Amino acid sequence: MSLSPRGTLVCTLVLCAITVASCSRRDSASRAVIQNKGSDTLVNVAQAWAETYKTVNPDVAIAVSGGGSGTGISALINGTVDLANASRRMKDKEIALARKNGVEPKEFIVGYDALAVFLHPNNPIDKFTIAQLADIYGENGGFESWKQFQITVPGCDSAEIVRVSRQNNSGTYAYFKKAILGKEREYKLGSRDLHGSKDVVDLVEHTPCAIGYSGLAYKTPKVKVAAIGMSDDGPFITPSVATAADRSYPIARPLIMYTRGEPKGAVKAYLDWILSDEGQRIIQEKGYAPVRAVAPKQ
Amino acid sequence: MPGSRPHAEIDRRNADWYVDKLVQVTVFVSGVSAILFIIGIFVFVTIEGVGFIANTLDFGEFFGSPAWRPTSETKPTYGALALIVGTASVTGLAMLVAVPFSLGAAIFIGEFATGKVRETLKVLVELLAAIPSVVWGFIGLSIMNPLIIDVFNVPVGLSILNSGIILGLMAAPIMTTIAEDALKAVPDTYREAAEAMGATRWQVIFRVVLPAAKNGLVAAVLLGVGRGFGETMAVLMASGHSVNLPTSVFDSVRALTATIAAELGETAQGSDHYAALFTLGIFLFAITFLINLAADVVVRGIRKGK
Repeated sequence: MSLSPRGTLVCTLVLCAITVASCSRRDSASRAVIQNKGSDTLVNVAQAWAETYKTVNPDVAIAVSGGGSGTGISALINGTVDLANASRRMKDKEIALARKNGVEPKEFIVGYDALAVFLHPNNPIDKFTIAQLADIYGENGGFESWKQFQITVPGCDSAEIVRVSRQNNSGTYAYFKKAILGKEREYKLGSRDLHGSKDVVDLVEHTPCAIGYSGLAYKTPKVKVAAIGMSDDGPFITPSVATAADRSYPIARPLIMYTRGEPKGAVKAYLDWILSDEGQRIIQEKGYAPVRAVAPKQ
Repeated sequence: MPGSRPHAEIDRRNADWYVDKLVQVTVFVSGVSAILFIIGIFVFVTIEGVGFIANTLDFGEFFGSPAWRPTSETKPTYGALALIVGTASVTGLAMLVAVPFSLGAAIFIGEFATGKVRETLKVLVELLAAIPSVVWGFIGLSIMNPLIIDVFNVPVGLSILNSGIILGLMAAPIMTTIAEDALKAVPDTYREAAEAMGATRWQVIFRVVLPAAKNGLVAAVLLGVGRGFGETMAVLMASGHSVNLPTSVFDSVRALTATIAAELGETAQGSDHYAALFTLGIFLFAITFLINLAADVVVRGIRKGK
């Protein structure tokens, strides 16, 4: 079959018209689409929720993407998503910016995450105090070498403490800073700032000198997790779903979903389902702590 | 006159006339689009950054301080010195790697290789240019990193060395291709004349061909430098992304491009941090523009020289 140039043009126009029509139909009635974006910590859970929710309510499609808490919150402020996932609370500046754009963000805590401190398996240390971590990561902190801990790490001849951190917009970065360094103190410059929770664990796995932090859910069998204590006398608590849920582990943070104003319709139904036993079981299966104890599925 | 058509018929606006006009306009728009785009990008980048540059930015801090802390809640600082030094050092090392490699390859392909060998090499070099930068970054992260740790016994392998080598390999193909073109542009009569004087092959190349192709070779190197400055993904993955003034090639650094890539997606539009990233963008744009302009002027130098 051959078409004259004009025939081709007509066909193209018709195709365009069909495409436009089918796109605009999506918004109108039957199938609701919820845009969900944000924290890399939450992205796996958010995807699992979205997957399962398809069977609960097939009329609602949920588009999940990651990128970091800051990305999700910016998108909420700019009005491009319905639900922002965050592993930190919105800053006052961000809330003000949202209000300026006519968005009143509303916060829902959907779970808790224990922030684990990872070490290479060769590293003999198995516990840190908050103050020690602050002197490793914080500005003007004294710890630069593993020798200062009176240890030698096999495979790490220089004994330099290789600090692995996150890019400065990550919720994990912000939470770790607040929990370890406090509000005023800054991170020491010169850390390796990686671009994802998984990358941190990967690098620590391959680097005997390294220390890094990430959500506990990203732990692999090839890295070591340190216990954390508030003071020298302890108690030193190992991060786990249980210790995050009962808040005994000192650096566990809330995982949050923000909506634009009071949630309505499909978004409200979805959030209610996330906070139901079924939704909370899913977050528990992914290695995070649920907001309250839920019975495992029979 | 029966054979000639009246003017009115030729000028009539039928379908052919419109098609003709349409093609004319399309070709014109395509022709000037590059200029429009470059101006558009420049205007866009400038608008986003200019208010910040005028009001908030402290130039002394921007060029003199390594403290890049744009998200600090108490006192954000926008020192880009470490980022500038990072980009410069990675690009510098990349050129140390790429220049000998690509000039050597260009000389071999252009002057020595013949027939099948030459064709195969050309295809392979172009294939090397087609590897996506994220794949290079992956090589840096998962192959070079443990290798550098093992070989040099350093604490971490994400460093100037790692990203410099990766970037050098990435820039080499384009430099090879341009350098080879420059060698090819040297008229054969030069070579024949030199050989007639009894010059050996090396003498022909080093005394006659290379000096004659000098401008093209410099342009090749400059374009490679431009490529190095602008590369993002591979550098982000292989450099360690660490705000740090390096003292050796084993130190982690952070590049300007990588900083923009890592942070821009997560900043609220209109915030100081957002504008600061655009300021980095303006700075990068200015530098790559100057490098490309320099390359262009040098290439023009060849044509004039002839």
